[in-house]
Amino acid sequence: LAHGGGGRAMRDLIEEVFTQVFQPESGEDQARLMHDALQVKGARLAFTTDSYVVTPVEFPGGDIGKLAVCGTVNDLAVGGAEPLWLSASFIIEEGCEIALLRRIVASMAREAEAAGVRIVTGDTKVVEKGSCDTVFITTSGVGVIPAGRDLGAAHIRPGDVAIVNGVLGDHGATILAARGDLALSAPLQSDCQALGHLMAAVAEACPDLRAARDATRGGLASALNEMAEAAGVSVELDEAALPLRPEVKGMCEILGLDPLYLANEGALVLFVPEAEAEAALAAMRSVEAGREAVVVGRAVEKGSVPVRMRSAFGGTRIVDMLVGEQLPRIC
Amino acid sequence: MVSGRRIRVRGQVQGVGFRPFVWSLAQRFGVSGEVSNDAEGVLILCAGGDLDGFEAALRGEAPPLARVDAVESCAAEVPVGEGFAIVASGGPGAETRVTPDAASCGDCVAEIFDVGRRRGYAFTNCTNCGPRFTILTGLPYDRAQTTMAGFVLCDACRTEYEDPGDRRFHAQPVACPDCGPRLWFEREGREVAGDAVARAAEALGRGAILAVKGLGGFHLCCDATDAGAVAELRRRKRRPAKPLALMASFEVLKGYAAPGVAERALLEEPAAPIVLLPKQEGGLPEALAPGQGALGWMLPYTPLHHLLCSAVGRPLVMTSGNLSGEPQAIGNAEARETLGGLVDAFLMHDRDIARRLDDSVERITPQGPMVLRRARGRVPGTLALPDGFPTRQVVAYGGQMKAAICLVKNGQALLGHHLGELDEALTWEAFLQADRDYAALFDHRPEAVACDLHPGYRASQHAQGLGLPVVEVQHHHAHLAACLGENRWPLDAGQVAGIVLDGTGLGADGTLWGGELLLGDYRGVERLGWLRPAPLVGGDRAAREPWRNALVRLDQAGLGDEAEAFFAAHPLAPLRMAAAKGLNAPLSSSAGRLFDAVAACLGICPAVQSYEGEAATRLEALAGGAGEGYNLPFAKGVFDTAPLFRQLVQDGRAGVPVAQRSWRFHAGLAEAFAAQARALVESGRAEAVALSGGCFQNALLLDLTVKALGDVPVLIHRKTPANDGSLALGQALVALARLESR
Ligand SMILES: [Fe+3]
Ligand SMILES: [Mg+2]
Ligand SMILES: [Zn+2]
Ligand SMILES: [Zn+2]
Repeated sequence: LAHGGGGRAMRDLIEEVFTQVFQPESGEDQARLMHDALQVKGARLAFTTDSYVVTPVEFPGGDIGKLAVCGTVNDLAVGGAEPLWLSASFIIEEGCEIALLRRIVASMAREAEAAGVRIVTGDTKVVEKGSCDTVFITTSGVGVIPAGRDLGAAHIRPGDVAIVNGVLGDHGATILAARGDLALSAPLQSDCQALGHLMAAVAEACPDLRAARDATRGGLASALNEMAEAAGVSVELDEAALPLRPEVKGMCEILGLDPLYLANEGALVLFVPEAEAEAALAAMRSVEAGREAVVVGRAVEKGSVPVRMRSAFGGTRIVDMLVGEQLPRIC
Repeated sequence: MVSGRRIRVRGQVQGVGFRPFVWSLAQRFGVSGEVSNDAEGVLILCAGGDLDGFEAALRGEAPPLARVDAVESCAAEVPVGEGFAIVASGGPGAETRVTPDAASCGDCVAEIFDVGRRRGYAFTNCTNCGPRFTILTGLPYDRAQTTMAGFVLCDACRTEYEDPGDRRFHAQPVACPDCGPRLWFEREGREVAGDAVARAAEALGRGAILAVKGLGGFHLCCDATDAGAVAELRRRKRRPAKPLALMASFEVLKGYAAPGVAERALLEEPAAPIVLLPKQEGGLPEALAPGQGALGWMLPYTPLHHLLCSAVGRPLVMTSGNLSGEPQAIGNAEARETLGGLVDAFLMHDRDIARRLDDSVERITPQGPMVLRRARGRVPGTLALPDGFPTRQVVAYGGQMKAAICLVKNGQALLGHHLGELDEALTWEAFLQADRDYAALFDHRPEAVACDLHPGYRASQHAQGLGLPVVEVQHHHAHLAACLGENRWPLDAGQVAGIVLDGTGLGADGTLWGGELLLGDYRGVERLGWLRPAPLVGGDRAAREPWRNALVRLDQAGLGDEAEAFFAAHPLAPLRMAAAKGLNAPLSSSAGRLFDAVAACLGICPAVQSYEGEAATRLEALAGGAGEGYNLPFAKGVFDTAPLFRQLVQDGRAGVPVAQRSWRFHAGLAEAFAAQARALVESGRAEAVALSGGCFQNALLLDLTVKALGDVPVLIHRKTPANDGSLALGQALVALARLESR
């Protein structure tokens, strides 16, 4: 792939590879959108954007395209919005294989369809070799928050129950294994998945759903720290309850990593009042992305640290925000 | 006004019965006047009688818990009338001192075994002994500000408390069975009728495991001679191998250990630390301290302990009452909740523990006494600063794993108690409490705060959030400064060579240091030498699994095949990939990890250490024999470890016993560093050699290093731990030195 300044070859390429995912509403350089939900009084628009950079761009369980769709869909969904439209913008490194691009784009189309969103506008730029790594994608998303729904960490109260939708750390572990060429015997797969349907089910079942957050970069630990700080509560996790695959546990042991900090691309944590916990679990388990939903802890009165974890073998460990690279501290 | 003297006494002279001591001297020498406490110590205004004899006695005889640093006397006009009075203290900062908890004195022990009203009373104490810091709830130190506040003195106790001639004059925790705390034996949440100590002794005799409420926390207790009970205790506590401390009267102890003169004196100090004593053949179950060369012993230090030890007549296990990894319980309700599932019964009482204080751990090495863990009985004692330091106030927050706080003021350093690992939530709360407590105790207003360079240490993060100027101190510089400070090396006494053999600490260059040859002083250091760096594969995991360090060291030495043979059961391929790609595998010159690597090569440690230092202490314990040290050639700042591992493997093939290979490793490491350090002194670049870092808690390494240094002046740790337990002291001194030179 050669880079160009918007000439003929470039336009052809865009036509050919990208228009199959973009479903432009007009022939203009903008999407013009209409939706019934927006007509309801009290409904709010949700709008988010994220850039995706991952090495390698294809990995077991997904690729950068799937990641770019799921990530933005999830950012909308955990805020209580119904995801509707996405934009997708590509920065492509000169020399990137067309076949790879096709696979990425097809993956995006598939994922968007499954999540019930449309990619309605986009852009592509090809840059000189070395200016980026294969391909970077930015997706923005628009959704609608139904009238009367208001999710936010500030609503969390002591006594509320923390639930995750499924196993933790699969994405982070998969990427690390792929990057490190670790020759592990056990296969690992990214958990990359969209959480729109899951959130819709929980919101339906739990009128008092407090807040949800996708546990992406920085893992569950970072998501919980942010939520606890915003809520003015502390969160107590139960180590024994954390859903972890033995393969991920094993890899964390080998590499000395803490699964609480591993990135996820299809995991969220949400808080509901204790009275709604059973309903939330049932609703989550009714959809594929929540099959393994489980209670992992609860909010308590604010203590000396935002998040702590009752360890399986006694003791209560402080679970921090991740600050930069984790350097050994044992002297 | 009459002509007389104004006498100032400095040191540990408050809360130790010093004023009544002065009062009784005044009676003896016919002196009249008054004595009071103030911010600087004790002040005496006096006239008449035998003033010279009085002063000499002040210097020469002091109450058991007092430490007189200075007696300054001058002629003065004094407002003195008839008689001698103990007057109320005045002025800011007066009577804020509290001394360390002290073991029961001989008089009190005699009293509980005698007829009389305190016979069998578990809370007997006097001015010369008893709880102090562990019952303190506020300042100034008087009964109302201790956990004795709720116990109203009976008439008999009040009379003792108010009589300057009585050894209970102003003893704040004074009590008797009529008015003081009560002891009971509790099973399944219910008090069992009868004599609590007798019930406890019976239960122990049947192999029961008890929780015994002590001075600074609960102990788990069982009959140490009962191998079944010991095994059961280990199982319940989920503590497979970490040594268990023992308690026995000296008479009983003698049957199982052979303490030397210095060891006996240490055991009998008012601080009553746990003292490591070499194991004897065939005495006690090996499970008390598997693979270790010594057992940790302490003498009973409260009346309750004396009563219990006497009723049982055998050594008792007295290990901290917690689940592995947690700090020990201190509250009754907390203990019932956390220990209820671990013990068969409680020996309980109703005097609250105000703060958690572990037992101190110490040993006598060929190079003298050594503090391994500084806590009960030692804090809040102060250390005098070396000459040349400013009187400014600084607080330092120490490390991550063996956290302890240090405050500096008026030429004194208050090095706080061992707290533990700060990722533990309760320990972190104890850290915050200690921060508040010591600040109040020392009436402290720091102008700056010192901490480690490592941004991931919780204490460093705390320091950064205070809004005070922060002095970040490199980990091994702080170790060196702590050693200098303990030895009262003056600020301007010149540069020293520092051999700092340690776990890991963040270096000034962003890599992890730990086996260092430094040259410098309080103000700064230069890194002149270091162990050849090797990756810590898995980060902190490498500190838990010794074989990881062996793998990388063997690979470095071209002995990959040996590594595969030694560690076939481990996932070597992914680890090697992680090392090659730098995936959570930072380079480190750690000496601690070198010990782990050697221990793993010798096959003397488990794959995963069940407690910190397990591999290294086993390596020390079994070292024996003699022979040449392994070779660690020094070139361009690097001590190369590859030849050492080649010799180690070669010796293995030749069938050289593990004991001797361990010894040759210790000797090689000691000789390599000593040779370079010694050269620095001989060439005039350094005045002395200082030894610090956690590895120097290894008595063999310490001894071999000191011997290899020959006749150059050597500074070592004795009163402060060589490990991170004294890091805060070093940080505080570096901060002071830098503030001064600004
Ligand atoms: Fe250290
Ligand atoms: Mg975003
Ligand atoms: Zn006494
Ligand atoms: Zn009384």
